[in-house]
Amino acid sequence: MTAAHATKRSSIFSHLIDTGAHQKMLAFASLILLLVGFSIASPNFMQVSNMLAILQATSVNGVLAIAATLVIITGGIDLSVGTLMTFCAVIAGVILTKAGLPLPLGLIGAIGAGALCGLISGTLVAKAKIPPFIATLGMMLVLKGLSLVISGTRPIYFNDTPGFDQIARGSLIGEIFPAFPVPNGVLILFIIAGSAAYILSRTVLGRYTFALGSNEEAVRLSGVNTQSWKMGIYALAGGICGVAGILIASRLNSAQPALGLGYELEAIAAVVIGGTSLAGGRGTIMGTLIGALIMAVLTNGLRVLSVAQEWQTVVTGVIIILAVYADMVRKSKTG
Amino acid sequence: MFTRRSLITAVAATAILAGTSFASAADKMYIPLVSKGFQHQFWQAVKAGADKAAGEFGVEITFEGPDNETMVDRQIDMLAAALAKKPTAIGFAALDSQAAIPLLRQAKEAGIPVIAFDSGVDSDIPLATASTDNVAAAALAADKMAELIGGKGKVAVVAHDQTSRTGIDRRDGFLNQIKAKHPGIEVVTVQYGGGDHLKSTELTKAILTANPDLKGIFGTNEGSAIGVANGVQEMGKKDLTIIGYDSGKAQKEAIRSGLMAGAITQNPVGIGYETVKAALEASKGKSVPAAIDTGFYFYDASNIDNPEIAAVLYD
Repeated sequence: MTAAHATKRSSIFSHLIDTGAHQKMLAFASLILLLVGFSIASPNFMQVSNMLAILQATSVNGVLAIAATLVIITGGIDLSVGTLMTFCAVIAGVILTKAGLPLPLGLIGAIGAGALCGLISGTLVAKAKIPPFIATLGMMLVLKGLSLVISGTRPIYFNDTPGFDQIARGSLIGEIFPAFPVPNGVLILFIIAGSAAYILSRTVLGRYTFALGSNEEAVRLSGVNTQSWKMGIYALAGGICGVAGILIASRLNSAQPALGLGYELEAIAAVVIGGTSLAGGRGTIMGTLIGALIMAVLTNGLRVLSVAQEWQTVVTGVIIILAVYADMVRKSKTG
Repeated sequence: MFTRRSLITAVAATAILAGTSFASAADKMYIPLVSKGFQHQFWQAVKAGADKAAGEFGVEITFEGPDNETMVDRQIDMLAAALAKKPTAIGFAALDSQAAIPLLRQAKEAGIPVIAFDSGVDSDIPLATASTDNVAAAALAADKMAELIGGKGKVAVVAHDQTSRTGIDRRDGFLNQIKAKHPGIEVVTVQYGGGDHLKSTELTKAILTANPDLKGIFGTNEGSAIGVANGVQEMGKKDLTIIGYDSGKAQKEAIRSGLMAGAITQNPVGIGYETVKAALEASKGKSVPAAIDTGFYFYDASNIDNPEIAAVLYD
């Protein structure tokens, strides 16, 4: 049994290093190319304030994309990440503004609500055997509706909670290096990314995440309780959406109950550009992070170049297709 | 394979560069407009007005807005990108004023004048606001409704949104005017269809099913009004007074055919034009009026082709 585990683990790891490193390099090269291209095209692009704006724009989508990555590696999909984020923001609003409780409780409440909703999605997928697409589509709508109900369809503002807007807008780095005030939201994105990468590569939960995506039946037959592990992963992803909820609420200094629909697709786009396979079993957090950065750089760069908005959308779509196509071609050649 | 991927990306990057190099070549005054929307015909008409002013005054403009009016954070990103371009002035229609305050402060510190348009910005940073008086416009819709249904009976409202400024102002403008001036009229329900044609259609059919004796319905924006007209048509109702808001091809046709009694039109072209004009004047240090009323009209089959009305309608 232990021997079987060991070989399984090593094969998963070699697989990871093999494809992951390549993909990361490719995505990273694309990112650099975009940055260089935009810098040449516009003198206004490569400024500290604009780079910070790009990082700030990446923070929420990046955190959501990390949550989506975890689920996608198991061979599932999570369509509820966007509205779950909103739901968690609303929960924070209820705890902090409506109930007037202290800040830490609001943060714990938001992340806890996220994890709980993730656990529900996970239960629907693992125990009730509802296909992930459908289960999370349902959750997406339930959460969108609940956000509106709980908030009374009005934005909840955090003016009574001093310091709340500093969670994403403030800059701890800026206090040490005043020349480069990286917003805290970006710092939080990197912390979440680091933690998620650690979980995926160094923990049992991480190993099972990949194993479930590669061959769930084999994992189950080897005596692993696949249902519990899967539920655990969905709950973890939900908790991460809770962090995204705090970030967006802090950035807007309000919980906007109508927001969230459509954000799941951008998160999934970032995951896919980063080289994670929608078929499951393969993917890296680093790739997703770069994918999210590519999306943000592209959107910002096209705006700074004053490209007409209708063409911005076309270009973004083309880049997503090219990125995934290039990855597929490369895989079919090597594999 | 690395070379192929690099090639593809390089081609894409070159295409971007080639397509836009002319944009940065001209060293004109530049005024970006960050709007609440982009795809709806209303916003395209605002853009047309802004383009007209840009041509007249020889400035360069861009016009951007998020895909829908819930995407507050996307609009903030657009504002950030607009600021990065070191513009002469900025036109801004806030989805949520509070969320934009840090960036507006940044604009103020950089000495970039901000002109608010459409629903405006809840802050003292914008020097002027070019917008429609939505409360007064919806009150006019209420008066017209009362006139057309003979001062008594049941009416309903299909609104586009219960959180945005325009949604609230139009709903309350209508409701308050009915309450204050037309005691014989009862508003049986206010329903929200998000400005979505299909949702508003379904809502209308439900309202009509629940209230077979309904006399009239007010739709508070283009999508709501078209939805109301569709719903009434699908239910085969004849003697119902529909009053809409804004224009667009479908709404104009409904008014010409008599399905819709009439509609309030704002002056979106004027909103765009006045925003750019005020932005330019503010950037030259001239004083601009704090509130620029861009006006509104009621139009029906009798005056839809009048030059004064036709000029502010859009397809």
